Amino acid sequence: MKITRTEVAHVAHLARLTFREEEMDKFTSQLNDILLYMEKLNSVDTTGIEPMTHATVLHNAFREDIVKPSLANEQSLANAPDPRGEFFRVPKVIE
Amino acid sequence: MELYSLTIHELQDKLRAGEVTAADILTSVYQRIDQVEGKVHAYITLMKEAAQAQAAAADAAIRNGDIRALTGIPLALKDIYCVQGFTTTCGSRILHNFVPPYDATVVEKLRAAGAVFTGKANMDEFAMGSSTETSYFGVTRNPWDLTRIPGGSSGGSAAAVAADECIAALGSDTGGSIRQPAALCGIVGLKPTYGLVSRYGLAAYASSLDQIGTMARTVEDAALLLGAIAGHDERDSTSFKADVPDYRAELARSKGRWRLGVPKEFFGAGLDPEVGAAVKAAIEHYRATGCEIREVSLPLAAEYAIAVYYLIATAEASSNLARYDGVRYGRRSAKAKDAVDLYYQSRAEGFGDEVKRRIILGTHVLSSGYYDAYYLRAQKVRTLIRNEFTAVLRDCDALLSPTSPTAAFKLGEKSSDPLAMYLTDIYTISVNLAGLPGISVPCGFTTGGLPIGLQIIGRPFDEAGLLSIARHYEQAHGWYSKHPSL
Amino acid sequence: MKYEAVIGLEVHVQLRTASKMFTRVAAGYGQPENTLVDPVVLALPGALPVMNKEALDKIIKTGLILGCEIAAVCKWDRKNYFYPDSPKNYQISQYDQPICIGGAVEIELPGAARNIMGEHKKIPLTRIHLEEDVGKLNHGASDSLVDYNRAGTPLMEIVTDPALTSADEAYALLTSLRTALVQGGISDCDMEKGQMRCDANISIRPVGETKLGTKVELKNLNSISFVRDGIAHEIRRQLAVKESGGTIVQETRDFDGQTGASQSLRSKEMAHDYRYFPDPDLMPVKVDEAWKAALRATVSEHHFDRQRRFMADYLLPYTITSVLVPERELADFFEVTVKLGAAPQAAGNWIANDLLRELAAAKLSLTESKVQPAHIAGLVKLVESGVISNSIAKEVFVTMARSGELPDVIVERQGLKQSTDTGELEKWVAAAIADNPKAAAGFRSGNEKALNAIKGAVMKASGGKANPKLVDEITRKQLG
Ligand SMILES: [Mg+2]
Ligand SMILES: [Zn+2]
Repeated sequence: MKITRTEVAHVAHLARLTFREEEMDKFTSQLNDILLYMEKLNSVDTTGIEPMTHATVLHNAFREDIVKPSLANEQSLANAPDPRGEFFRVPKVIE
Repeated sequence: MELYSLTIHELQDKLRAGEVTAADILTSVYQRIDQVEGKVHAYITLMKEAAQAQAAAADAAIRNGDIRALTGIPLALKDIYCVQGFTTTCGSRILHNFVPPYDATVVEKLRAAGAVFTGKANMDEFAMGSSTETSYFGVTRNPWDLTRIPGGSSGGSAAAVAADECIAALGSDTGGSIRQPAALCGIVGLKPTYGLVSRYGLAAYASSLDQIGTMARTVEDAALLLGAIAGHDERDSTSFKADVPDYRAELARSKGRWRLGVPKEFFGAGLDPEVGAAVKAAIEHYRATGCEIREVSLPLAAEYAIAVYYLIATAEASSNLARYDGVRYGRRSAKAKDAVDLYYQSRAEGFGDEVKRRIILGTHVLSSGYYDAYYLRAQKVRTLIRNEFTAVLRDCDALLSPTSPTAAFKLGEKSSDPLAMYLTDIYTISVNLAGLPGISVPCGFTTGGLPIGLQIIGRPFDEAGLLSIARHYEQAHGWYSKHPSL
Repeated sequence: MKYEAVIGLEVHVQLRTASKMFTRVAAGYGQPENTLVDPVVLALPGALPVMNKEALDKIIKTGLILGCEIAAVCKWDRKNYFYPDSPKNYQISQYDQPICIGGAVEIELPGAARNIMGEHKKIPLTRIHLEEDVGKLNHGASDSLVDYNRAGTPLMEIVTDPALTSADEAYALLTSLRTALVQGGISDCDMEKGQMRCDANISIRPVGETKLGTKVELKNLNSISFVRDGIAHEIRRQLAVKESGGTIVQETRDFDGQTGASQSLRSKEMAHDYRYFPDPDLMPVKVDEAWKAALRATVSEHHFDRQRRFMADYLLPYTITSVLVPERELADFFEVTVKLGAAPQAAGNWIANDLLRELAAAKLSLTESKVQPAHIAGLVKLVESGVISNSIAKEVFVTMARSGELPDVIVERQGLKQSTDTGELEKWVAAAIADNPKAAAGFRSGNEKALNAIKGAVMKASGGKANPKLVDEITRKQLG
């Protein structure tokens, strides 16, 4: 087993997803198949190899510190599911 | 011939000659949409009224002598780029009502080039899929056989071009999402070098792999469209400061007699014999017309690309898709009791299974204790795969291979087996890992009448060369003149 | 058992830039809610980050000021966690390759008395990295309202080694750090506006023990005094726990500066898993020698070096330097005054006392001051050359602070020049002796102090303009 049901539940929590019981079984088994397939990478010798994080070699992609106009408040809230006044609203945040 | 089945340059000749107006072209395309969209379902959103205004503006511009690269040409946009004022869903329920307040850079550029937008094309949810079956808005059908998938994730764009529901389209390609549907729908699909086209405004799936590209009936149209969208953009830090040549003009200057590599591992088990035969026939055409064909080897790319891709792409996706939370935009669950529950419920209701599967996988491979074994290891093998391509392309102008191991499969055939679906991208995925340009051109049909695609992989930023090589074959065979009967 | 405290600070400082860290929308404070936002700040689909060069300049300059090693290459990472104040649900930060490594903050501990310089110490830094700030939540009874104006503001995180031993040291560190950053133009460091925020990690251990004890993180310390009070309180709390035989729990506590009490926010029940990974949307930063050299040229003298120089070169007393030096403009003002020829000690006094008092009374800043270095230099010279007395000079100062006229103009117009006309002085002295026979007799019989009464009368008669030295001479002669 590459990943247990408990681990899937933990990862689901980190990713803020929930699953029904039967979905959990299906996902766990599918993820196991996939992770088992990933095992093949273990046979590649990667000693001394740098990881590739970008498909391009650039650095210092800067912009100057010049201000452009902001979205107006109405525009920024136009897609908000539940705006209140000038704010975005969320249900109570429990620490 | 109806106007809707012509190419960009044919229509432009007619516009310039005053034979037709942009309004005529749009009317023709919309007549075709009315005829076939019910069968194909290539679009999520149609933009008819706005398109009519754009066509009217194009006609006014033409009257003023202002004809630009795409003036009056109706194009479909994959529903993954932001278009100001039009719903941009990414094929997902969680964005079903999202209306962007801004245009993606490519959209801005197409507007500036005078294009007309027919609508937003269907796609796999957040570009995660190879069949357009994961869309929340229903499946798109292959115009050559309505019981089959069009490929994916840019299946709507490919089907729209093939079914003549637009003249050309934009797609996005993270692991083959332009080339594979292009092959399966019998059109030309170009994924440019990573960094040639700005990603600003393209909803990210896997940022280090995503690239916007063109889908068209001919190589010349693909070249024309690429010229309109390529170029450095200050708003995308991964955008390359390269000169954008006149790709269409470059086609005419092409020298021929290229050295072309054929990776032997791309013709192994899993390749459908009919597809293999068509691709080999295309390779023979190059040999027969004076090209040097050499067998090359890409063992790591062939063996490990899928594993590397699904580790890297899902890791990036797990983070890229965290923003879909029902707080600032998109769909919010009505069930949420508190802020944490808001995330759980909105995301559980808003995302489909494939997206959830990839988020879970990506979260897992980045999580504490697994990062080195999965994500970091995949990045290192990615380096090796890129090096492998670099070495081979030192001696070859381009590489030839099948685009997809099979022609279009049946709807539902692979939707219950994610891994089987992942394996359909076996020839395209390594190109994204290496950041190289790749194009799929039609190279024949199966006995069942399904299109087959030839993939050509080029050197970084040598889109001009790649397009010339593709055009060389296309002109000799003219598969593009065939249209599906709908 | 005797215990010692070990304290490490994490200081977040907003950089003073016109636009945000990764997009061109304005960074700012006090604007209407959700008006400093754009697709990038709101994390709309398709929005991408692009680095603000100015923010990089500012953090590199900070590193140069604090003696850090500037990494030749640094990169960006995503810190993944869900929270409504974080629009992307990840924060762009620097995980394993920060831009500044090491360095130190020089601090001054309280001296034995107000006028005695305290001990100086260098507190080593672990690292400084750059990240983006989050939005603000306004918690209500049943919901929370989100304002993203602050989200995306360039934020520098300065992490000290666990090398502080007392609340006073923490106070001194923040004071010195703030002075250095404000003087370097890096940040305004206004803690009330949240431009500088501090978390403290506090543990105690038996003296002689080298292992660190269980640490408690104090959060929301929103003034430098609250940091000191909070740390002192936490050390006392931990000592009390130990003395009563308890064990210290690793937790985050919230210190209320108003009530002086703290309460537990959360214990580390579920360890975070931030899943840091390199941000694929941002390319690495390479810092070459030329870039560093250009910024080094903009770094001015460290405030403590300047203070030592003021004491050594100008012979200023410690109290005056500790008024002048923390305000760079004030110290600059002083040095300009000296360059204009004023005696340093007199100039220091005028600036640190009279000028600041007049500005405070008129509620003016130094830049709004009508008194400029030339005024002070002129005034010092008038006193030094005996043209006016010190007491006249005080009046002239008040006049010039209001009118902005140069001191010699005021002295001339108001006829305030000291009288050196001996004929006139002799008449005044004779009159004063006649009016004060007792004092005259007293002086003649050996009472030196009795002379003052006569001299005072002369000064009064002259309206303060008599030259005191001449008056003394003439009086002694007439009484002799
Ligand atoms: Mg921190
Ligand atoms: Zn921080």
